[in-house]
Amino acid sequence: MTPEQPASADVISIGGIEGRSPTQLAWERLKHDHTAWVSAAVVGFFVLIGLLAPVFQRLVHTSPDAFHPEALDANRGALPLGSFGGMSGVHWLGVEPRTGRDVMLRFVFGARTSLSIALTATIVATIFGVIIGLLSGFFGGKVDQVLSRIMEIVLAFPSILFALAITPVLENLLQSAGLQQGNQTRIPVMIFVIAMFGWPYIARIVRGQVISMREREFVDAARALGASRAHLIFRQILPNLWAPILVTVALNIPTFITTEAALTFLGAGVIEPTSDWGAMLLDSVPFYSVDLMYTFIPGMALFLLVLAFNLFGDSVRDALDPKSSR
Amino acid sequence: MFRYLVRRIIGGVLVLGIVSMIVFGLFFALPADPARLACGKSCTPELMARIRHTLELDQPLAVQYGRFIKGVFVGRTYLKGTAAELHCPGPCLGYSYQTDEPVTALLKDRIPATLSIALGASVLWLLVGLTSGIVSALKRGTWIDKVSQSIALGGASLQIYFVGLVLQFIFVDKLAWFHSPGYVSPFSDPKEWAMEMILPWITLAFLLSAIYARLTRAGMLEVMSEDYVRTARAKGLTSRRINFKHVLRGAITPIVTVFGLDLGSLLGGAVITEYVFNIPGLGRLATDAVSNVDLPVIVGTVLVAAFFIVIANIVVDLFYMVLDPKVRLA
Repeated sequence: MTPEQPASADVISIGGIEGRSPTQLAWERLKHDHTAWVSAAVVGFFVLIGLLAPVFQRLVHTSPDAFHPEALDANRGALPLGSFGGMSGVHWLGVEPRTGRDVMLRFVFGARTSLSIALTATIVATIFGVIIGLLSGFFGGKVDQVLSRIMEIVLAFPSILFALAITPVLENLLQSAGLQQGNQTRIPVMIFVIAMFGWPYIARIVRGQVISMREREFVDAARALGASRAHLIFRQILPNLWAPILVTVALNIPTFITTEAALTFLGAGVIEPTSDWGAMLLDSVPFYSVDLMYTFIPGMALFLLVLAFNLFGDSVRDALDPKSSR
Repeated sequence: MFRYLVRRIIGGVLVLGIVSMIVFGLFFALPADPARLACGKSCTPELMARIRHTLELDQPLAVQYGRFIKGVFVGRTYLKGTAAELHCPGPCLGYSYQTDEPVTALLKDRIPATLSIALGASVLWLLVGLTSGIVSALKRGTWIDKVSQSIALGGASLQIYFVGLVLQFIFVDKLAWFHSPGYVSPFSDPKEWAMEMILPWITLAFLLSAIYARLTRAGMLEVMSEDYVRTARAKGLTSRRINFKHVLRGAITPIVTVFGLDLGSLLGGAVITEYVFNIPGLGRLATDAVSNVDLPVIVGTVLVAAFFIVIANIVVDLFYMVLDPKVRLA
């Protein structure tokens, strides 16, 4: 030990021991997680190409809906000319069989559709799920029984099947309310259907957390001070729930992205001429044995995006809750 | 235990009742006009009026629902007391607008294909998922663990409608190892049945076993650190006995839950799988019914699927009681 200064004072003077909030700790852990960075970069890449779709359109001087018969081989049933689905300097990712539409443009504009539907559905489902979960957990008793039963019923519905079946019904309803046929009604219906089957998962998690928190001292203290119920729910309990909510949201987005693609793939989603990854996969079905590239591009993108979201969700969970770490 | 079972079954029946009411209400009350849908292309106002009367669509919705439910349990008779009297024996779900066949017959027709997919695939994915999960947990941190974890993560992020097409391209079109997927009865031609089913099985098993591998691994690692496992080890039990009798049993509960729900929803129609591989099962019946707006068939398939999900939930809860002594008291 040096005679000039005690070691502990030294540590304090350089700020070695300082109070750090759980958020800061989580952020520290996340910052040093390579998987988190790589997966966030992949997600960012897909969001970026979606945002930059009009720029791509400028670059290749065509539109996602323009037909290019000159890129097709009329002798081979209008399949793309050249190998790998007709990849060339003009059409970077090839062209669509039979129509010759530019695959890259359909892909980048498809990213817009797929991601914006999935993200909107996530927001709707999260808000609804969190509110229901808070009410159910906080009030307990009859309220909880009724809300839990509703969740049970929603979860008993065969979701994909019911979503398929309900789409034309809801579409009819929106059309009679004055909306136009086509994607103007299809997209709101899809968002509603995806959110409708997504919220109970969030609500159940929030409910469980609220039940474990409702009797804690800080809530009791606020109650003793005469705080209103709304204050207790939204100002005392909700701020403590953002970690589990964030993890659920991160792990929900990929599910919603694939549900959106699946619904479109099954014919209950976005329709022509708007492009969408699920629609590209559906369009590729008749050609997969002769032009696999056309199936491969949206399929692989969907895989990478979902994988990145899953990895990122796992990283966020590990950062927020070190106990769950692998 | 018996009282618990009875309570669960009553709860399940209630849930099904509400599901049926919602489905019935939505599909028969909302869309333009069921009679017009049933009437088809060469429709005249007289024909439409007759259909409306025949299908009892001129009755109030509550009466229609009551007769529908009665039909499900004891059968029903359309146009009672007239020359055109038509008896539909229970369980009666009405007649398809498209083919005029009884919905029950259509469903019965399609169940074997769906059953083949679901049972074959579930055996495969349990086998693969549990094995790789167990191996991963026992060889934690080794390359075997890392490879199997990566495959599991990949499988969990892949989609049937992509993998199905790619596998079909490789194994049917290029290598010609398997036959083009479809369905023949295993009782008439078991070899052909397996050859046509194997691709859907592999696809589903590849995607679903991933979840089981992760669950098994995580569960086993958690149980391995429990005191009772240390006790078992201290008693001098062989590690094989410890791993299978104590660790695996402790880790199996969440796996049973997920398995029950997966199997239940698959039995109600593997919608996407059947669509991708063009297999005539319940899911394909449903997607076709949706595109034809064949309401009675839609209602029938949704109800059957919900039935399987509810049953699966009850069976899962019963398994809990057998596997986990802590639940038995509840």
